[in-house]
Amino acid sequence: MRWVERFRMAMLMLFRRKTETERLNQELEFHLEQQIAENVGRGMEPEQARLAALQVFGNPTLLREEARSSWSWNWLESGWRDLRYGARTLLRAPGFSLTAILVMALGIGASTSLFTIVRSVLLKPLPFHEPDKLVMVYEHFRQQPQSPYNVVAPADFRDWREQTHGFQDMAAWRWWAGAITTGSGEMPELVGGAAGSWNLFSVLGIEPALGRTFTPDEDRIGAHDAVILTWRFFQSRFNGDRSIVGKPVRIDSKLYTVVGVLPKSFTYPDPEVKVWIPYSAAFEPNQLAGHDHHQSYVIARFKKDVPPASAIQEVSALQYQLHLANANLPVAEDAVMRPVLDDVVEDVKTPLVVLMAAVGCMLLIACLNVSNLLVARGAARRREVAIRGALGGSRLKLIREQITESFLISIAGGGLGILLSLSATQWLAAHWKDLPRADAIQVDTTVLIFAGVIVIVSALLAGLVPAISSTGKHLLSALQESARSLGGGLSRAGLRKTLLGAEVALTVILLISAGLLFKSFMHLRSSDLGCATDHMLTMSYGLPDRDYDTPGKIVGFHEGVLEKVRNLPDVVAAGLVSTAPGAGYEGDSIFTIPEHPVPANSLDMDALTRKADPGYFNAMQIPLLQGRVFSPQDRLDRAKYVVISKRFADQYFPGESPLGKHVKIEWNQKYEPLEIIGVVGDTVYEVGQPIKPMVYFPLFSGAPMRTTVATIVVRTAHDPLAVAMPVQKQISSLDRQIAVYRVLTMPQIIGSATASKSFSALLVLAFAVLSLMLAAVGLYGVLSYLVQQRVAEIGIRMALGAQRSEILRLVLLDGMRPVLFGLALGLLGGAVAGTLIKSILYGTRPLDPIVFAGMIGSLLVTAAIASAVPALRACRIEPTQALRTE
Amino acid sequence: MGKPNDLVQGTLDLLILKTLSLEPKHGWAIAKRIEQISNEVLQVQQGSLYPALHRLEQHGWIRAKWNESETGRQAKFYSLTAAGRTQLEKEKESWKRLSTAIDLVVEGL
Repeated sequence: MRWVERFRMAMLMLFRRKTETERLNQELEFHLEQQIAENVGRGMEPEQARLAALQVFGNPTLLREEARSSWSWNWLESGWRDLRYGARTLLRAPGFSLTAILVMALGIGASTSLFTIVRSVLLKPLPFHEPDKLVMVYEHFRQQPQSPYNVVAPADFRDWREQTHGFQDMAAWRWWAGAITTGSGEMPELVGGAAGSWNLFSVLGIEPALGRTFTPDEDRIGAHDAVILTWRFFQSRFNGDRSIVGKPVRIDSKLYTVVGVLPKSFTYPDPEVKVWIPYSAAFEPNQLAGHDHHQSYVIARFKKDVPPASAIQEVSALQYQLHLANANLPVAEDAVMRPVLDDVVEDVKTPLVVLMAAVGCMLLIACLNVSNLLVARGAARRREVAIRGALGGSRLKLIREQITESFLISIAGGGLGILLSLSATQWLAAHWKDLPRADAIQVDTTVLIFAGVIVIVSALLAGLVPAISSTGKHLLSALQESARSLGGGLSRAGLRKTLLGAEVALTVILLISAGLLFKSFMHLRSSDLGCATDHMLTMSYGLPDRDYDTPGKIVGFHEGVLEKVRNLPDVVAAGLVSTAPGAGYEGDSIFTIPEHPVPANSLDMDALTRKADPGYFNAMQIPLLQGRVFSPQDRLDRAKYVVISKRFADQYFPGESPLGKHVKIEWNQKYEPLEIIGVVGDTVYEVGQPIKPMVYFPLFSGAPMRTTVATIVVRTAHDPLAVAMPVQKQISSLDRQIAVYRVLTMPQIIGSATASKSFSALLVLAFAVLSLMLAAVGLYGVLSYLVQQRVAEIGIRMALGAQRSEILRLVLLDGMRPVLFGLALGLLGGAVAGTLIKSILYGTRPLDPIVFAGMIGSLLVTAAIASAVPALRACRIEPTQALRTE
Repeated sequence: MGKPNDLVQGTLDLLILKTLSLEPKHGWAIAKRIEQISNEVLQVQQGSLYPALHRLEQHGWIRAKWNESETGRQAKFYSLTAAGRTQLEKEKESWKRLSTAIDLVVEGL
């Protein structure tokens, strides 16, 4: 039973190792005694006999080691010894160890966090049934190559679904919002929602958590209205009360029956969606039948045995027929598709990849820095290593020991970093506004494995270079080198300088990218909206279409609100507009100008549409450039006028006055020519987007369905938020069931539009600043070490008459050389990085001279400070003392 | 024969096993025995003897026991196990094959 014997030995060796070691010593001792006894027997003197025996015996320690190395568990023992040794050396230099561990913790923690987010947001499949078989189908206008994915018109979707057969099924949804009340006398709550075709949930493969999804009958104009709640809304508004299914709720003063509740995992397209209504319920009948109103998102599932390319080709061919059949309307020529996941993460993909790259750079810098610190220690311990090598320590063993040290640093740093990243990830997911799939972000096994791999890779990266370099072949020369030697450690310093150069280069790349992003962000923040931004408050309200069905009722309410609000104390001016500047796209229309020849392309003439009251332009301080704005008399049937923006006039009336000309545009469900009475200044519809031509319709026309949603803009003398409550009270005093939403100051509108950009810009900037600090620490370390090495040399120089300023220059130049080398490399890298992130830059170029100059400056200043301290120390060296100290 | 020959790696194992097949011995005695039998031709270095003994012990071919030596001092006596006996046969077999092969080459040409 050999294996029993072996097992017994293994256990013996594992648990009685100390006794066995003791016995090995005795055994060898016994051997030696026998030898001595034999020598004495041959007639030697006892002392002589002992010496002779020892001579034959050789190095007892080595012999013991070799015998032990045949024991099992030896790897464990030597590993444990390395660990203990490493921990002891680290503890002996707590400052060094702490710095290195913190540096590693930052690098590993940040990488782990970013990886968690990237994995959850960009890589994890969506929580649908076979999500890789789902695609979004869009219309594609050949004249708009810059925005290839255009939302779909409902009639196009209907025809695609009915007349093509390449996809298993197609479903559609659109954004929608409504004010919901559940009981009588309750304040309405405006909820964001979506309207989905009856088959949407089956196409996605989603089963409701409670109740059912829509039936085909419910998805029909005039059908009895059904509503599905999302899990989150079901919990927050109804406390998870299951009996809500089957009960009615009131949305926009219309009764809907709750038919089902969606599962918790379903947060598509956005966690803010609280209710789903049938697709048809979100349209007026003529819109649903139209090919020229684009607002829907179409999801299709691949059919087995039909190649996706031929399926989309069939849809595209049909779309071309629709285009030809509606020649004068904006109907796209083609249909295109892309994966659903790409669609969801479109806006964050580039920033996330940039952040991941930035974090990777920082981790690399951290490794280089620890590597650098280890090289410095390696140099300081050169003698020790040399002596151990001479006494028989194998090179592999010495390397292993040093790697153990960097492993200890990495593991401690990694552990700390993972703890850091757990909270950092939560924080990032919570504070990153508009991050899609934020609810899917979680640390799981894959992330932990990733972190483990990072720890190992960092340890090898940081430990291998110094370990190999410090155990090189020139051990003997290290022994011969006296402490006084003048060229001491020069080659080691060369390695450190190379590492430092690489570190600086990476830092410069990060600094430049951060500078560019930050400048873009500052541009966005300070971008001129074309109107007043101080002391402005905006808030929106919507009138239920059912109750406000005549122009008289609608205009009456709006006028009532304005009158009451204008009489509030502290209110300077107030006006109404459909969408405030910076608050969004709202909508656009194509039009013709009767006074001009018919354009070759019917889609060329296009403008954003707004509805405004006479007082809006004054309240918002949008300058009047020509003509007049609406007058209080331009109301109801007399409101046949439009006001246009400067860009509109410049683009469509170049070199002529637009006043008195007409715009033939769809308004109040018919195309009719409206007279242009004035030109006002341009406003930005969304921060960061180019200015577009804009046309203002009179809000006081009271056109049903078109003028029921309004944003009241209030200019105040003092704090605008202070009038928020009074204004809301005035609105609800006129009609209790009106819900007020989006109560925002202008800076808040700008802030919410730039929040996501500011977040990534600030993060990259933070990483860059950290890297700069790391580089400074590295530089300081290298120079301090060099100065220490050259104390004797500097002493001699001074004794021979060198001036202190010369010494200062000598040391500074020594420090600046790797910095300048790294700077040159980094500038090249920065230019490349800038080009790569071009798509997320705004108001700046990849080679922005201000950013480059600023970043070069800050790097040089930091480098100068980091090298000044050791340089000053060098020139304060007293020659007499330097020469006396060994 | 000039210098004492270093034992071919692997041969030492055979010699130790063979030496122990008669009776348990301690390290010193094993070395002495090998030298005696081989007429002082084979010198066992301590540097190879003890690592080899410990290796064989780990393999379970020999077992160690503390006993009183001839001089009355405690010494570590090694003895052959059943597995060691099998191993000895194997090693002998392969040694025979090897030495016959070498003979054939050296003498045959």
